Formats: sequence, structure tokens, C-alpha cells
Amino acid sequence: MSGRGQDFVRQLPDSAHHFGRSVGFLRRIHIDPFLMLVLIVLTLFGLMVLYSGSGQDEAMVRRQIVFYVVGYSVMFSAAQLDMSTLRRWAPWFYAVGVVLLVLIFVVGVGAKGAKRWISLGFFRFQPSEILKLAVPITVAAYFATRVIPPRPKNIFWCLVIIGLPSVLILKQPDLGTSILIAASGLIGLFLAGIRWRYIFGSLIAILASLWPMWHFVMKDYQKRRVLTMLDPEADKLGAGWNIIQSKTAIGSGGIYGKGWLNGTQSQLDFLPESHTDFIIAVLAEEFGLIGVMFLLTMYLLIVGRGLTIAWNAQNLFNRILAGSITLTFFVYVFVNIGMVTGLLPVVGVPLPLVSLGGTSIVTLLTGFGILMAIATEKKKVTT
Amino acid sequence: MKWAGTEIYHFRDHHHEERVINNRILFSAIFVFICILVLLARFYSLQIVKYQDFVTQSDKNRIQVRPMPPNRGLIFDGAGELLADNRPSFTLSIVKERAGNIDTLIERLAAVIEITDKDKENFYKFLKQRRRPYEAVALRYRLTEEEMARLAVDAHEYQGVKIEAQLVRYYPQGDLFAHTIGYVGRINAREQASFSEDDYARYSGTHSIGKIGLEKFYEDALLGKVGYENIETNAHGRVLRVVDETPPEPGKNIELFLRSELQAAAAKQLEGKRGSVVAIDVATGGVLAMVSAPSYNPNLFVTGISYADYNELNRSRDLPLFNRSIQGQYPPGSTLKPMLGLGGLHHQVVTYQTRISDPGYYQLENDERLYRDWKKGGHGNRVDLHQAIVESCDTYFYDMAFRMGIDRMHEFGIHYGLGERTGLDIPSERSGLWPSRAWKRARRNLHWFPGDSLNVSIGQGDVLATPLQLAVMTATLASRGKLIQPRLAKSIGGQPTEMVVLGQQQVASEYWDYIIKSMEDVVHSRRGTAKIISRKIGYRMAGKTGTAQVVGIAQDAEYDRDKLEERQWDHALFIGFAPVENPEIAIAVIVENGEHGSSQASPVARAVADEYFKKVRK
Repeated sequence: MSGRGQDFVRQLPDSAHHFGRSVGFLRRIHIDPFLMLVLIVLTLFGLMVLYSGSGQDEAMVRRQIVFYVVGYSVMFSAAQLDMSTLRRWAPWFYAVGVVLLVLIFVVGVGAKGAKRWISLGFFRFQPSEILKLAVPITVAAYFATRVIPPRPKNIFWCLVIIGLPSVLILKQPDLGTSILIAASGLIGLFLAGIRWRYIFGSLIAILASLWPMWHFVMKDYQKRRVLTMLDPEADKLGAGWNIIQSKTAIGSGGIYGKGWLNGTQSQLDFLPESHTDFIIAVLAEEFGLIGVMFLLTMYLLIVGRGLTIAWNAQNLFNRILAGSITLTFFVYVFVNIGMVTGLLPVVGVPLPLVSLGGTSIVTLLTGFGILMAIATEKKKVTT
Repeated sequence: MKWAGTEIYHFRDHHHEERVINNRILFSAIFVFICILVLLARFYSLQIVKYQDFVTQSDKNRIQVRPMPPNRGLIFDGAGELLADNRPSFTLSIVKERAGNIDTLIERLAAVIEITDKDKENFYKFLKQRRRPYEAVALRYRLTEEEMARLAVDAHEYQGVKIEAQLVRYYPQGDLFAHTIGYVGRINAREQASFSEDDYARYSGTHSIGKIGLEKFYEDALLGKVGYENIETNAHGRVLRVVDETPPEPGKNIELFLRSELQAAAAKQLEGKRGSVVAIDVATGGVLAMVSAPSYNPNLFVTGISYADYNELNRSRDLPLFNRSIQGQYPPGSTLKPMLGLGGLHHQVVTYQTRISDPGYYQLENDERLYRDWKKGGHGNRVDLHQAIVESCDTYFYDMAFRMGIDRMHEFGIHYGLGERTGLDIPSERSGLWPSRAWKRARRNLHWFPGDSLNVSIGQGDVLATPLQLAVMTATLASRGKLIQPRLAKSIGGQPTEMVVLGQQQVASEYWDYIIKSMEDVVHSRRGTAKIISRKIGYRMAGKTGTAQVVGIAQDAEYDRDKLEERQWDHALFIGFAPVENPEIAIAVIVENGEHGSSQASPVARAVADEYFKKVRK
């Protein structure tokens, strides 16, 4: 190796050392090699599982590949973003999202009584996806210029920022997305250092309000729905069916699984939504605990890398944003797996990067693009 | 939006802020790790701890055990002619678990094919019964080709509808064997309630069960053994493949002694009449013909008879559903005379030389009552036992009975199977009545009066016998005292059934000769009461006619048929066997309200015997 090369290598921070010259190139185009590698492995594994979960529907897999291609392109583009620009744009980004959410009530289209999309003629577009990124970015931008840990006044405004889109999405109605968007904002608030006493205080307040809510506010059908969520066995053929079948699929996979394409629960259609929200049940059935551990490891590596990027990030905005993106991603993972395994009530949350779904993949990969932008941002000279 | 612009706080403690956020990131990392551990624990619990439960659950999901009903055993007559067959029939059934709203589904089907209210009623009835999940419940049987075509057009619209070819019992001979073979029908709630757990398994996949007749008696042999196949289905119940199977064992075929030719000949004789013919193979006790007229079409019952059809059968005054051969209990009339005469000889109450004077009636000492002979003016002054049998002289038997007494009469008759079920291999046989002193005491709390014995001697009074019993008695006379249990089945599954000899009466053979000669003369002598059947007969037949009163005639009244309704006319009976030298077939005939054994019943026996010698005996 030439001296010049060695010099170059020495300039590279942390983990990139070992990747040598190519890493230097990746760094220049704002790609985080580690994150990239894990994402690709996950993508390929996800396609395999999807092929099985869709009942070997090649057209569906091809569509998913297209989503990945689009997603990765958007990710590369997002990786080129300048963070200070992003920070300045954040309010506009947020404002556009909220306006679109309001617009939905006027011109929105949808199915089954829910209006979630705006039709642009050639494709339908779901404004709530914008907010999945706009909310954490805006929260991060807000705290980037505020005192850390935040004062009550800042907390209040932060909650307004989070609450406005959450309530609008809840009205669509889309409980799952609303919760996830609220969570992404609250994670930002948490990272910004909101004092533990506020956290515990609000937790206690929420718990205390459950009893009166149940007895005085909730209607009977709502109570029934909650009860079914808590005990799916009570409604075996109705709402409980999905969760019972998915637990059966997972459990019967055992340690080694029934083999790819051999899952009886998924291949024989006992498992509903086997290519969307419940796809991990397919994985668990066909690849067993080994496969589950592999997937969880992939997710853990992504989260680990994301948190490392947040830890090493240059400024407050980058840190909070990188942390929010990473942890929100993990919330998706946890909520999805939790609901499929019967730990959490069923809310429609796809398994990140594995479930079929264009917008979800594009949004997630855009988030990773931002993470990569943060990871590869040149150290600024602090003034 | 000032806050979004450049930093406005100049005196920030970057290190403090960094520490705060890093603490939160660290905390988050730990929290994430804990969450992952929670998920792993969950998977551990599902995939390792409860693995076996879920495997079972998953197999239960996909693998369904489908019973494979065995083919019911066939029933043949003694010449190999098929009497009970299985024919494919297309049945439309509904799997409740797969169908949506059953009512609307049935309505949609009813728009395409005929579904009667009765079909619906039956369907809902069977739907309520105990059933395995995913077991189809039949709605319509015997779909026509056209109906199947119409259903096929939009088959996909009928979720949960199944059209299956099933083997359904079919009786090619129609009503000819209805009373003997019986029929199968759908397993009803009462039968199901009496099932053991084992029976539930045996009848899974089978819809019918033997209801009466041989079908019921030999149910176990005919049923066969259910097979199973484990089939893999998807969530919508579509069968994907057979995982493994245990083939069913078909039921055993049964060969009967019955001969269609004889049965047909007997039925033809009874056409338009009410009555019964039973013919028995003397050597084996095998029942060669057993007819009860009128009959009915058993095929109507197989998949559920309609109310209209059933009512018609059930309400008919002619009682077509009533098996006269084994359930009809008739006064045997004079057909008892040869047997009782033999008893008189055996107990030496009478001898060949015993002669009585018959003025046309008999009177007991100190009794006003006249016991009339059927013949006004009597049979003359020198009536012996031979003449008493040939001409059926009642007075002779009154006298003999008076002297013999009921105890010896009763004891003697028992050897001929009277008063007991014969043990024929079909259910619901009645025992008839062969009265005794003890019986009268027990039942009526009355003494036995000498006059009672007189009535018994001419087969009236309290004596009742089924046509089958009379046939058995005749066969016992023919075989000189060998009482053989009659049976219908010659072999079951190729295994011959066993002959059961119930008794062998020891009577001096010259008495037999005498009695059988007397019976022969009933048919072949000039004065015999059945002489009309001897015309152009190609063999020697021994017999005895009988006429049985249906209504009691007052002491001083005359039997005047014109004053009586047809149904009160006397029953006509005949028993006989042939050939006399070496008896092979024994026949008992009763024609209800046929009035005279000679003219009405004996020709029936002749026709059956003719057919026997022409077609059956080679």
C-alpha cells in the first residue's frame, strides 16, 4: 500500500478503517458501508420470505423489488442532503404534510370508510408517510435551538408539533400510523432530555386515567374491541383468528423451521396477511427460531449502527434526528413483532423492510438515507 | 419561525447537552436490548416451550381425517340373484363450516334445482345432530344429470356445497322382498343417541343403517369397517392431497335360502289379497320363500320417505308395512289337526281303530253348549282319525281333545315350535300363543275348562300362530319330528351359517306314516279337502287345510258370509309339504278372509311347490 493511501486511510473515522479504499469512495458519496451491507442482507432475506409468504407470487416479489430500487435511490439522494439545510426546511416540510392531511378530508380517497390517500391520478399518495419523517425532523430542529433539557414551555410546543398531525391521522382513522408518528416525536422529546419526573408523571397520569376512561368514556363496542385485543382466544373465528393462526405458525416452526416454502400455516392460507403485517410468522414457521434470531440480529445491527451514528453525530439536531429515526425504526419492529406474537394488541404495522409495501419501504429507506448523511457529514468546525 | 433558523443561544453548554443526549442514547440502547430479549423470550416460549402444542394445532389445521365409508354388503338369493344392491347416486350436501349463510345458500340452490320443504326439513334436522366439524350434511339426494349440469354452471358461487357420488342401497326386486330384506334408512336421532363412542366411529361417513328385516338383523356383518384418509386441506377447506389412508373393509355379502322364483310365484298368488306364504327347506330349515301381502317398495325408505308416501302406507287398512309372516298371529284352525292327531296316537288317546259318531256337533257332559262341526249334519257315524284329518272333522278332535287334556296337548305342540319365537334371523318376530293351564291361570286368572281344550284342538280359541310358526310346524311334521330353527341366511361373507336343531321328537314311525298318509290323502284322495290342487300334480304332496274364524259366532247363529263384512270373513289356511316320500319343501299359507283353506290357500301352496319342482330343484 502506498504512503499516500495510508495517509488517506488514517483520516477515516472509526469502523471505516477496514474497508480500505472503496470505503473512502463510499464515504464520499455519503454511504455508510456497514448500514448498507446489513440493509442489503435484510432486503434479500426479506424477498425470500415475501416470495414464500405471498404464496410464491412472482409478480408481487417483482413489485417489491421495484419498491426497493426506488427506496434505495431515494436513500442515496437523501444521503446527499445537507443537514443544516434539512433543519431549515423542516418547518416547511412539516407544514406541507399537515396541510395535506387536512386536504385529505376534502379530496381524499380511501376504502372501508377510511380516507388516507390523495389521488394524483397516476398514483395514490399517503400524506401520513411524509409526517413519519417530518415529525422527527421538526422535533429535532425545534430542540436544536432550545435549551437542553427542555423547559415546560418547550415541551408544550413540542407536544403541539407532535399532536397536530397525530390527531389528524387518528381521524382518518388510522390508529397504527397515528401512534407511530406520535412515538417518533416523543422519542425526539425523550432524546432531547425531557426530565424523568415529567416522563414518570405523565405515565402515572395515563395509568390513573384508564379507570375513568373505561367506565365513563368508552362505548361498549370499544370495550369489546379492547377485550378482544387482550384476549384473542375469546373470539376465535373473528378478531382472534389472525393472532391464533400466527401464533400457531410461529410455534410450529420450532427451532429449525419447516423449511423455506414448506410452512403449512402460510402455504395453506391459514395465516392471514402473510405477506404484509404477519410476514414474520411465515419467517418463524419456515426458518424457525434460527431465522427469527437472524432477523432480530439484522435489526439489532441496524439499530446499533443508528445509535452509534447518533452518538457520534456533530450537533444537537443531527443527534436527536439520528436517534429518533433509529429508535422509531425499532418501535416499528417491536410493535409489529409484538403484535404478531401476541404480546401487543393488533394494530396495522408492517414489519420494516420485509413486509410488502411501497410507501413504507421508501419512507424507511429515506430515513436511513438521512442517517447516512449524518454519519458521513464532515466534522464542522465549532464556532 | 425564528427557532428554525440559525442558533440564537450563544452561551450553550455543548458538553452538557452532549452528555444529556448521550445518556438518553445509552439508555435507549439498553432499552432496545431489553426489548429484543423480551421478543426472544416470546419466541422461545412459542417455538420451544409450546412447540409440541402448536405443531399439533398446526396439523389439526391442515390435516383432516376423512372417513371412507365401506360398501355395504350385498344380499343375494339362493341362486345368486341380487336382492340388495348399492348404486351410485349423486348427493348434494353442505359443509356448514365452509358455507356462509346457510339459509340464503339453500335459497340460491333452490332457484337452480328442486329442493322440497321436506329436503330442507331433513337437512336442518340432521344439521342439529351431532356431527364432526367439516362433515357434510346432505340436502338433496338423487340429483339428475341435468341438475348436476345446472349446478356446474356456477359451481364457484356455492361455497360449502359438495356434490358427491355415494353408494345408495337399492332393492332391484322392489316390493317382492320388502318384508324380509327390510331396508336401510338414514340414521335418525334416536339411533344416534343410542350409539356408543365406538359406533360413532363405525358409522362416520355412513348415512344409513338397517332399519328392519335382514338389513337390521345383519347390520354388523353388512356394515363393514370404516376406512380413513388423512387429507391436507388449506384454510378454505380445499383438499390438497391425501397424506395417508386406511382403506375401508366392505361389508360381508349375505346369501339367503330365499329363491326369487318361489317368492315371485307366492307373491303372484297373493296378488290383490292379504296374506302370507312361508316355505321352508325341510332339510336345513332354510326359508325358501317368505311373502307378506300386500307389500311396499323399500326403495322409498332408503333416502327418507315422503310424508305423503308414508301416510299412504301407514294408513292403508291392508297394512302393507305389517310383516304378516312373522308378526301376523292367526288362529291356525284345522292345520293343527295332523300334529294333534299324532299326539293323540302317541299318547294312545286314540288308535287307528278309534271311531266316533259325528252328528255335526259335540257336547260335553253337563254342558248345554254345542261344539259345532264345520259341516252341517256331520261326517257320519264311523269317523276315524284318517277321515278326521282328510275331511277335517272337528267333532273327532273335540272328542280326542277332551280325552287327551290340555296338558298333553300343550306339551306335544311345544315340540313343533308353537307359542315360541322360532328364532328366525330377522327382528320383530312374534311368538304366537300356545295356551296351557298355567298360561290361563297367569293371564286370565281362570281355570282351564274342558271346552277350552276343544277349541284348541281345532286351532281356535286362544291359539295363535304366525305363518312362519306354521311353516316350521309343517317342516317338523315333514321331517318326522326334527325341529330346526328356520333361517334366512345361507352364508355370510362366504361362511355358511349353522343349522340349529332345536329338538327331535321321538314318536313311533308307524304313527308318522299314518299321519303323513292322512295328510297325503287330504290332497290326493277323492274326499280330501284339498283335492282341487291334486289335478295334474306331478308329485305327491301332503297337506292340511284350515279355516279360522275371525269373529265369534253366537251359539245359535250360523256363519253367513253375506251378513259379514269382507274383513270378518274367515281366514283360509293351508300347510303342506312335498314330496311325500322324501319331503323337501314345507309350505304354510294364510289368506286373510279367504274363507276356505281348500279353495283359497291350498292353490297358493301348490303354485309354490310347482315352482319349486320346476325351477329350484334340479
